[in-house]
Amino acid sequence: MPTPSRYWREIPQRYRLEAGKCKNCGFVAFPPRLVCPRCQSRIFETIILADAGQVVTYTIIRVPPHPFSDQAPYAVGIVDLDDGVRIMGQIVDSAFEDLKIGQRVKIEFRKIYQEGEAGVIYYGYKFVPE
Amino acid sequence: MEGIIGYGASIPRNRIKVEEIAKVWGADAPSYKKGLLVEEKSVPSPDQDTITMSVEATKNALKRAGIDPREIGAIYIGSESHPYAVKPSGTVLAEAIGATPEVHTSDFEFACKAGTEGMFVAYGLVKAGLIKYGLGVGADTSQGAPGDALEYTAAAGAAAYLFGREKVVAEVLETYSYTTDTPDFWRREYQYYPQHGGRFTGDPAYFKHITGAAKGIMGKAGLKPADIQYVIFHQPNGKFPLRVGEMLGFAKKQIEPGWLVNKLGNTYSGSSPLGLTATLDISKPGDIVLIVSYGSGAGSDGFVLKVTERINEVRDLAPKTRELLGKNINYLEYGVYAKFRHKIRKAE
Amino acid sequence: MREVAVIGVGMNKWGELWEKSLRHVFTEAAILALDDAGVDKIDSMIVGCMSSGLFVGQEHISSLLADYLGQVPVPAARVESACASGGLALRMGWIEVASGLSDVVLVGGVEKMTDVNGNEATYALGTAADQEYECYHGITFPGLFALMARAHMEKYGTTREQLAMVAVKNHDNGSLNPLAQYPFKTCVEAVLSSVMVADPLRILDCSPITDGAAALILCPVDLAKKLKKPIVKITASGMATDTIALSSRREITWIESTYQAAKRAYAMAGKKAEDIDVVEVHDCFTIAEICVMEALGLVEKGKGGKAVEEGLTALQGKIPVNTSGGLKAKGHPVGATGVAQAIEIVKQLREEAGPRQVKGAKVGLTQNMGGSGGSSIVHIFERG
Repeated sequence: MPTPSRYWREIPQRYRLEAGKCKNCGFVAFPPRLVCPRCQSRIFETIILADAGQVVTYTIIRVPPHPFSDQAPYAVGIVDLDDGVRIMGQIVDSAFEDLKIGQRVKIEFRKIYQEGEAGVIYYGYKFVPE
Repeated sequence: MEGIIGYGASIPRNRIKVEEIAKVWGADAPSYKKGLLVEEKSVPSPDQDTITMSVEATKNALKRAGIDPREIGAIYIGSESHPYAVKPSGTVLAEAIGATPEVHTSDFEFACKAGTEGMFVAYGLVKAGLIKYGLGVGADTSQGAPGDALEYTAAAGAAAYLFGREKVVAEVLETYSYTTDTPDFWRREYQYYPQHGGRFTGDPAYFKHITGAAKGIMGKAGLKPADIQYVIFHQPNGKFPLRVGEMLGFAKKQIEPGWLVNKLGNTYSGSSPLGLTATLDISKPGDIVLIVSYGSGAGSDGFVLKVTERINEVRDLAPKTRELLGKNINYLEYGVYAKFRHKIRKAE
Repeated sequence: MREVAVIGVGMNKWGELWEKSLRHVFTEAAILALDDAGVDKIDSMIVGCMSSGLFVGQEHISSLLADYLGQVPVPAARVESACASGGLALRMGWIEVASGLSDVVLVGGVEKMTDVNGNEATYALGTAADQEYECYHGITFPGLFALMARAHMEKYGTTREQLAMVAVKNHDNGSLNPLAQYPFKTCVEAVLSSVMVADPLRILDCSPITDGAAALILCPVDLAKKLKKPIVKITASGMATDTIALSSRREITWIESTYQAAKRAYAMAGKKAEDIDVVEVHDCFTIAEICVMEALGLVEKGKGGKAVEEGLTALQGKIPVNTSGGLKAKGHPVGATGVAQAIEIVKQLREEAGPRQVKGAKVGLTQNMGGSGGSSIVHIFERG
């Protein structure tokens, strides 16, 4: 369960998909980091990830962790974005039978969960069928 | 000239039919459908709220406007279902589109006209020369009390408008606001559902303010209904906008392109703004468009717009309103609808 | 580097041990190991435990357990590598003996998981995944392995039945293990009709929540000979890391960290996959066992499912895998698993495995894994 600071720190990634591109070898780190895992260089530039891609694999969570208890069942997948970066996110607005490996999806801004009735509301990216 | 440089809509995919709601409460569905002229309404998924829909509508508006979000000087979301009672919705939208930190933000509320209020102030700042671009959004995920008449129409949706001085898509020719203190529909703090004055919400409220604003703005602009191609009124149900249109001397075909309520329901602060996006989608250069919103409490905002050549370049850059209205529809049973709308009391 | 032997093993029956606290569970197993080794004083202690802090609100367990074992002021360390914490403890203990720093080292693993409810346990286990970019989106551990399973099924044609056969085999073996949490058999139909947890994985594809501990006593081979103990040598320790986020892996269906750890271990022991007689792998989920078999080189890439179906890894098969019952039937008290795997191999090489005995087993291998493959630790054991 994130604290406000843990959530707020990731806003550029969660809201705008800001990533770090290694200026030396072109590796894209999402989230951004200090050292390139490919070439150990330490110089990055900020880029925005592509907003669509295809499904690499997916599952349907039926036994959810606590903050998501009311949401189950829901689909979570790994998507290859059109710029080659691979990220994880929920896949929504789709009947489970229609989910397919290779399916085209695009990013939408959605609520991820909230800290009960009185806590912070957490937003971020999810995937919807294109 | 100043005016709309980009517009965008966002409508959730879930729907619930009047019959489904009527079944649960033992009401007569055909009379509700006939009386309201509504067949079904949109329902937000649990992961959608005023903020998320505002972001998606704004992204569509940005696609049409083609501007750098960092140059937006003001961001206003008008809603009666802001997710927080204290903490602005506008700041989340501003971060999501990358407009921070040099931007003014405030959340607006005035029942169903909060959207046009945001639009009015964003436009005003552009016209005054204080900012380069302004964003006004109308968005709601309104709650209808279970078993109440409003449950059949309270729906969800958002429309976003970017205003500027260059590459204008629809010039703002005139604005007008008509306001009185009229308690036709209200919600006290800490109450979950609103209350309303029944038939009092008709003539002294909706009709008085819409006709007051429409006559006022047409007078100010020197226009008659025949001079206007399309008109959009606030749509609390299917009948009211058709009736007020008739009262003012408009023909049904002027109202139809923006008349979404029969399939969408009343999206409250998104209602007339979404009617406008649907109208812009089919408008032609030179068309004069009148939009008159209504917010209980009470008041109406009016805009007279003139569509420019640029509409042909931008209309296809983002999904059209009626496309969104008909796409990927998911019909809900009442139980799932009640769960989505948090009407079921669970253990804490 | 000195040669290192295992001279004592100790493990209690695993399960939901309501009456036993974390300190009690650990100490029970440690005592059994000390007695088995015939020693009462140790030079050092390494404990593997994934998250005593989240499960029972207790950190600093190195000292706590050293005290409860009556060994204070012995140097003690608690190590963590998610579900590979036990394997890491073994590696650290081995390093300490091999380097000559200590002679008699107790390596233990413990996890007390039932003092919290299911949601809290799931949360604690989830800390092995990427908190901000995996867990934030609602993924669970079964979910991560379900993502791997679906991809493996799509790419290699692995079937739901083949996954179920892993669980059936491990329960067949577990039914012969008196210390297992679930010492009973099951069948493919039961697995395939059990409740769905994360498509396509069902509850019987998943290892359980368990309380338990396991301990080993290590010492240099020369000292073991002096003590006249059966010699089982640790001839290799290999470890490798990988990204913890599944989406950052090069290949979702391939556990690279296991491949790298095994490569290092095989090289150190001068062995190849074909030389291994018996294996204990980290079957946190049925698909994990299949992917690990491939990464260890026991079968060709993609052929894991088929191999299980053909009985390659059954107790009577060519390469018996998880004769103990695996995590599935034996249980998975997270920090203890890596140590218990080693205990099974030691018993096999000592010919003390009873009805689970693999005849003539001379070389054994353990593979312990953290998270969805973020860390892997492979040890090779040989009869001395």
